[in-house]
Formats: sequence, C-alpha cells, structure tokens
Amino acid sequence: MNDVLLSVKDLEVTFKNGKETFTAVRKVNFDVHEGESFALVGESGSGKTTIGRTIIRINPATKGEIFFAGKKISGIIDRELDTYVIRNIQMIFQDPMASLNERATIDYIVSEGLYNFGLFKDENERREKVFKALNDVGLLEEHAERYPHEFSGGQRQRICIARVLAMEPKFIIADEPISALDVSIRAQVLNLLHDLKKERGLSYLFIAHDLTVVRYFADRIGVIHQGELKELASTEELFARPLHPYTRSLLSAVPMPDPDVEKEKRLIVYDPTIHEYEKEGPSWREVFPGHFVLANSGEEAEYKAAYS
Amino acid sequence: MDQNKGILKVRDLVVKFRVRRRELTAIRSVSLDLYEGETLAIVGESGSGKTVLTKTFTGMLESNGRIAAGSIEFEGRNLLELKTDKEWEKIRGVKIATVFQDPMTSLNPLKRIGIQITEVIEKHQKLPPEEARRIALTLMEKVGIKDVEKRFYDYPFQYSGGMRQRIVIAIALACKPRILICDEPTTALDVTIQAQILDLIRSLQRDYGFTTIYITHDLGVVANVADRVAVMYSGQIVEYGSVREIFYDPRHPYTWALISSLPTLARKGEPLYAIPGTPPTLFNEIKGDAFAPRNRYALGIDFEEEPPFFKVSESHYAKTWLLDPRAPFADPPHAVKLMRKKGNIYAEGGAAEAGK
Repeated sequence: MNDVLLSVKDLEVTFKNGKETFTAVRKVNFDVHEGESFALVGESGSGKTTIGRTIIRINPATKGEIFFAGKKISGIIDRELDTYVIRNIQMIFQDPMASLNERATIDYIVSEGLYNFGLFKDENERREKVFKALNDVGLLEEHAERYPHEFSGGQRQRICIARVLAMEPKFIIADEPISALDVSIRAQVLNLLHDLKKERGLSYLFIAHDLTVVRYFADRIGVIHQGELKELASTEELFARPLHPYTRSLLSAVPMPDPDVEKEKRLIVYDPTIHEYEKEGPSWREVFPGHFVLANSGEEAEYKAAYS
Repeated sequence: MDQNKGILKVRDLVVKFRVRRRELTAIRSVSLDLYEGETLAIVGESGSGKTVLTKTFTGMLESNGRIAAGSIEFEGRNLLELKTDKEWEKIRGVKIATVFQDPMTSLNPLKRIGIQITEVIEKHQKLPPEEARRIALTLMEKVGIKDVEKRFYDYPFQYSGGMRQRIVIAIALACKPRILICDEPTTALDVTIQAQILDLIRSLQRDYGFTTIYITHDLGVVANVADRVAVMYSGQIVEYGSVREIFYDPRHPYTWALISSLPTLARKGEPLYAIPGTPPTLFNEIKGDAFAPRNRYALGIDFEEEPPFFKVSESHYAKTWLLDPRAPFADPPHAVKLMRKKGNIYAEGGAAEAGK
C-alpha cells in the first residue's frame, strides 16, 4: 500500500448543548493512503459526517489527533498550515441544490477559492484555471457565464466537483455525493470521481450509507455505528467475511436489484444488547490481516471460528 | 392474488401543466391496469411523471395542472367526473390513500400523534371518540409501535424518522383503503429502517388485503416489493411486465440503460454505464421515441414515429421499435445479459427474432 496521507488517531468529538454533552464520535482510528478511496459507512446519526467535518476543521476535535501528510492538523495550528489544509483537503456535499450560491455565476463559484488564496497571477490565468476545471468535469467553457438554476442535478454536482478541482487538492471528502441524484446521473458522477482518482492520484474519504455504491467505489471500508468504528477491512474482505453483527445487519438490509435474491432475503436486525461486555470490554482487534473489528476476546474467537 | 380482477383502469391519460404562460405535457397518454391485491412498482427518473400520474388517482394535481384527456375507472365510475373537493373526499384518503416520502411534512408537528390518527377515523368513519381512540391504538400496535398507551400522547418530534413513517402508514390505513399509494416511502430513511418499513407494508397488505402502488427510483426496492413493474420515461410508460420479466428479460433500451447503470452489476475499476444527455423538455411536442436522442440502439424510425407497444408475453409489453420484426438484431448490454443468466432466461437470449 502507498504512504499514509491522512491519519485519524483516537478521535473523539463531543457537542455541548447547555449542560448536556453528547459524544458524536469516540475513539475512532483509521488511515487513508495516497491514491486510496476509503469509505465510512453508517446510518444517519452515526457520526460519519462529523468525522469528515472534523478533518476539514469545521468541528473541533475534543480528543485525539488528525495528521495530514505528516503534519498535525487538529487543535490549534498556525495560519500557514490552515491555508495548506484548506487548499489540499476539499469537500463535496450531498445536495448540489443547496451547496451552490444561486446568485453567483459558475465562473465566480469555481474561482471563489482561487480568489481567497490569490492562486493566480492575472485574469488570464484565472480564466484558464476555471475553464480547465469545467472541462475536467465534462462541462463547457460557455457554461461559466451561467447561473446554477440553469443546470440539472447531475450537472450541478459536477460544478461542485469543478470548484473543488480548481484548488488542486490532494484529498477530497465526498459526503454522500450521489444520494440526491437520479439513478442515471449517479453513474456519471461516480465515473468522474473514479477517473479523477486514476488520473491524478487523488485520495477520497467517501461518506455514504449505500453499500452497493461503496462496494463499487471504495478500496477499504470502515463501518461506523453510534459514533464508534465497529469494523474495518478491504472492500472484498468486508463483503466476503463480515464479522460484526452490525455489519451483517447492514449488509442484509441493502435492497439488491435482483427479485430472486430479494425473495430469499432474510433481514438480520442488530441488537446492541447481545454483546456481553460486563466482564471484558471490547477493543479494536485485527482478526484477519488488515481486517479489524471491535470485539472482546470471546467474540474474536467466535468470529474467527465462523470463517475457518 | 387474483391477477384478472382489475381494480383501477387508466386509459389514454394526458395531463398538462401551465408553467410561465407555456403549456407542458407531463403525462403523454398513459394506460395502466391495476389488479386487486397486487403490488405494482412505477419506476422512473425525477420528472418522468410517476408522481403526477398517481396524483390524478386522488384528485391532488396542483392548481396549474389539468387532465386534458383520458379516463380513470375505479369501482365502476370514471374518477375524472368528480369535480368538487367534497366529491373527491369520498375517494381520497378513504378508498385510495397515499404515503409520502417525508413523514414530517404529512404530520402536524403541533398535535399529539394519537389525536392525529383519531381525527381521521372520527371524520371518515363517523365514530364516537372512544371507539376511534380504540381503533387508533390498535392501528399503532399494528404498525409496530411499542407502549402505545404512552406513545399515543407524544408529539411527532418525539418519534424517530422510521417511527413517524409508521404513524403515517397507520393514518393511511385508518379508513381501510382499497389502494395504498407509497410515493418513495423509504427514500428519507436509513437502509436498515427502510427494510423494516418495506416488510411492514408487505405484512399489512396481507392482513388488510389492499392493493399497493410503489413509486420509486430505487431498483433494489422494486425487486424487493413488486409483483409487476411499469417503467416510465418522459411522461409515458415505456415497458411493463412482471418483476422477473423486467429484471431478467427487459426489452426497452431505457430499461437496459437503467440496469446497466447499477453499480451492483459493474466490475470494479470499469466505468459504469452512464446515460448520455438529459430527458427532453416536455414543453415541446416530442417527435418519435422520446428516448431516441440518448439511446445508443436508436433506429432511424425512432426519430420519426412514436413506437407502439409490442407484446413480449401475455403480461410483458415494451414500447420500442427494436421489437418490430423488421428491426435489426440489437445485442443487449453486458449487465442485461448478466441478469438474464441470473434469472435463468436463456431461451430468447441470442435469438435474432427477439421480441416476437
């Protein structure tokens, strides 16, 4: 595997509401390597988006550390590093209807980041950068003068991606980038993200709830539930040997576009009370090479036995 | 399920909308039969007209919309003869009920859950409050709410998304409708919750014996729930058949394209099939087959003349010139061949006279 680009260590994020504190993310550990797509999968409220937002410093980390390209980027950092983080880690949001300024032209939207950091010598260079970003996502130069409402959902998501590409980042956090799009348009956006990865060696943190999409797109997957990583493995490994009962329930729930398979389907419902953690609490264990699960020693033996 | 007993019969329905002083044809002559006790799934992209079509069954078209032609036969009468809201109220919510995508928009946030269910029962069934309350509690139990006596007095915000959708289903069933329309009922929910809601609707259908129409763009959901499938594109049904026929032996190139774009069937590292272009604007008259400009299998005639429905089997029809005996052989995409194998459909697999 390539070098580690992003490293999340013992991350904990809590939110305060008056006197109440709520822990959205606890003890989360994972690495993303260069040129890799790492997916975080979980239900709404599981904390997957919070992790993404903490990496790009929208939410502060309560405990733990985040390293990017060898530098610590969590906590208090200097201005120079802050600029570096913003330039190199960019985010694509779920709803392209909500994340574009309706009153700005595409030209302005795509160059906003360039303006903020003065990333061009003169007007010609700026125009060039905008046109290149638009071309990269399959849009035309003439689109630059138009407004967001003139575009379809898939085109708008491509504008969001163009805006990100203009910054020439190393790392992209894609938070449910296709769930708001129509089936036929999803394919366009997924292909585009895939091509960019191949051509530029971009790395992704792909946040999603749809396992069929993640299976196609991600190299490795982390399964998150109620703020905790429950399991982490390469995509093939996770689908071949799901260990944690939550992962298995998630896999059983995905509707497959195959009527005969669906007729035979049996839903596994995850009951968090089945774990017997009174005597021995769970810890993060490598059950098979590169395949981690949150379990105690009894469960580890059980999981191992199930696949031998 | 009695496959032959029709419950709803739509014929040559045309729906138009006035938008910014121009007229748009949202439904372009749709005919559809719904059979007693079945589950029909209507699949299509946003803007294909699937929601507009079902809104005509309950007289819920927006005020700028009108039905320009056609008929909808239900219980021996043409629903399009109903004019006033008062007349519609005997059908809407009573005989034909709808469950919408977002449960929060169909519930009143300021009223206790139990009261909202009770109201519907009192209004439509003219029952005394005590009796209505008893039925409401039974319904809440039926849709899987625990501790109903207490939850009866909770407000919608005290319910999770999945639980709220269960309440919306309870309200829809309060009058024992004959048809339940589920418009993207699980799109806003998590996969694990989605699976539970789909199971719930299925088991309620067995108990109450209603007929279900699902509107969805998720082919996984379709495969899970449907007995029959209708595929919509640009305001028309372009293919319909049993769920096995549509998934394992689709014939319309648009259905082919939808199946090819699924990530489940793609090989990792290979690009997904993406349908080029966008659907045509419905402001203008469409010449020929609406899908032709995006269709890599398009024939010359597709740009000239609208195809009729060709019969594939007793239950399976597709509206594409590819099924005309004069059409050249079209080799379906890889994903479709893969599906044929999965469904053990070899018979017509490579035959040149496919479609007859």
